[in-house]
Amino acid sequence: MIQVIYRQLASKIPYLGLVILLTFSTSLTAQEGDPAKGKTLFNTNCAACHQLDKKTTGPALRNVEARLADEQGLDRTWLDAWIRNSAGMVKSGDAYANQIFNEYNGTAMTAFPQLTDQDISDILAYTAVDPCELNPQSSPDCPGYVQPTGGDNPDDEGGISNKLILGALAILFALLAIALVLVRKTLNRFAEEKGIDAVAKDKSLPIWKAFVQNQFLVLVTSIFFLLASAYFIYGYLSQIGVDQGYQPVQPIHFSHKIHAGDNGIDCKYCHSSARVSKTSGIPSLNICMNCHKSVYEYKGETTDKYSKEFYDGEIQKLYAAAGWSDADQKYTGDAKPVKWVRIHNLPDFAYFNHSQHVEVAGVQCQTCHGPVEEMEEVYQFAPLTMGWCINCHRETDVNVKDNAYYTKIHEELSKKYGVEKLTAAQMGGLECGKCHY
Amino acid sequence: MKSIFKIAVVLMVFASVVACKKDTRPNYQFMPNMYEPVSYETYQDSDAFPGNMEAQLPAEGSIPRGDHMPFEIENTTEGYEFAKASLVSPIDSTEIDTPRGKELYDIYCGICHGNKGKGQGKLVKREKILGVPSYDDVGRAITEGSIYHTIYYGKNAMGSYANQLNEEERWQVVDYVLKLKADIEK
Repeated sequence: MIQVIYRQLASKIPYLGLVILLTFSTSLTAQEGDPAKGKTLFNTNCAACHQLDKKTTGPALRNVEARLADEQGLDRTWLDAWIRNSAGMVKSGDAYANQIFNEYNGTAMTAFPQLTDQDISDILAYTAVDPCELNPQSSPDCPGYVQPTGGDNPDDEGGISNKLILGALAILFALLAIALVLVRKTLNRFAEEKGIDAVAKDKSLPIWKAFVQNQFLVLVTSIFFLLASAYFIYGYLSQIGVDQGYQPVQPIHFSHKIHAGDNGIDCKYCHSSARVSKTSGIPSLNICMNCHKSVYEYKGETTDKYSKEFYDGEIQKLYAAAGWSDADQKYTGDAKPVKWVRIHNLPDFAYFNHSQHVEVAGVQCQTCHGPVEEMEEVYQFAPLTMGWCINCHRETDVNVKDNAYYTKIHEELSKKYGVEKLTAAQMGGLECGKCHY
Repeated sequence: MKSIFKIAVVLMVFASVVACKKDTRPNYQFMPNMYEPVSYETYQDSDAFPGNMEAQLPAEGSIPRGDHMPFEIENTTEGYEFAKASLVSPIDSTEIDTPRGKELYDIYCGICHGNKGKGQGKLVKREKILGVPSYDDVGRAITEGSIYHTIYYGKNAMGSYANQLNEEERWQVVDYVLKLKADIEK
């Protein structure tokens, strides 16, 4: 029995030592933190997993120091130890460390041994800043909060007053027209009463009768009309089956302007199969969720048509489709596919391969798809007709540099056509069987 | 009076023809049999499959053609530590293609991690995604095994990139990340 007691004692000595050590270290580092520095440190080190007011990979950190002290009775020494080596705390059997570890599905917090005591003080000072102090507009609960008033958009007012001016002008012109008609009527009546024939009857031929009698003019005009209608009918027929400008309404309003334009995400980030396969691929929702786990609200520019609420609603649509519960930060497993509407669709008798154009030829996506990075809603930019394909094959020079494997055939073809630069057409880009088989 | 009526008829016919062209729906097709495929088209609706769509997950346990090997390390903290300690790149120095590694890195990683690997990508600078560490972060002390494990499964806020990069491409990116790490630590 005595031996057992001694053993427990011996195992407790290191802990006692740790407690003493940490107690002393805190007394040395009781400094005021700088919230501004803390923000930078927070954004570089902590923000991957923590937000101030929202549970993400880790818990929300607003007032974490005070909350820990009030709710768990844990002081700064515990926090320091946790931040520098959370895995070690969990292993050592600390009760609250294990509780937190299990609450977040056994996700280990990265150790931050490089953070000094001053750094941690700064970060904690940043988490303790009252959000209302920085910006009274941040939440309706703040004392200095001012209800945003509607219609303070100068463009809006301009729009309304423009319409008003136009309406007033239209009414004015209508009144003028009526007045003129009335004046004419009265004048005619005066003239009649005085016995003057105001409306002089024209005795010569009306112009259309003169026109009908001139057979040459009739012939020329009818030829002109026939040619013009042939031109329009030809134009109408040749656009059948061409979907240039096709801009369907998609089930989720995905703005390429925000993603590819403002944020500069490469096309191939989402459409990765364009590099390696025939189709360029509609990204699966896990690619959306790679970023939208963290990006749960829209913070960029808004317009009247596309407000912040509108974009936030679209992100919620994505969460619903992917089966992601933003509150629990978990997949519910209740996913349903998004029925995107296909825009670019070649007829079945034409073969097109994305990887051949993107990887081998190095053609920019925008060459065929237009300025997608400026499109709020995507439309079909190119006609995707055969003439359009062939035109590009005739004009595009093949990159023969650093392409050792094909040096011989490139030389032979250059000699055959007597040219320095080979176009895709000269390489066989016009052969029927290349695309139709 | 009659001529007004005629003009109206012509205008109505013209308007009806023009009104048929609407950008939110596709144009008419001439002989659709030549346009619409008999076989299944990518992503099309189809009653023949569960979920009424042509796109389906591969059967469980299937391996793509080529020399892809299944990745057997688990997506857990232990798996991560195991990969960090013992997983090494199967591609040797002759197969390393740095320009391609850079190209892939710039597309898939650089947008957050920055093209120099310091965690200052465009999305971080615009404060869309925060807390992206620099590759020389001492608390993480990344190795080739841990980089591969993270690309394969994701970690914390980062998602998996296993479906955007194939096995060989992932290892090319791993090599490039190590180069960036060495450059930062210089």
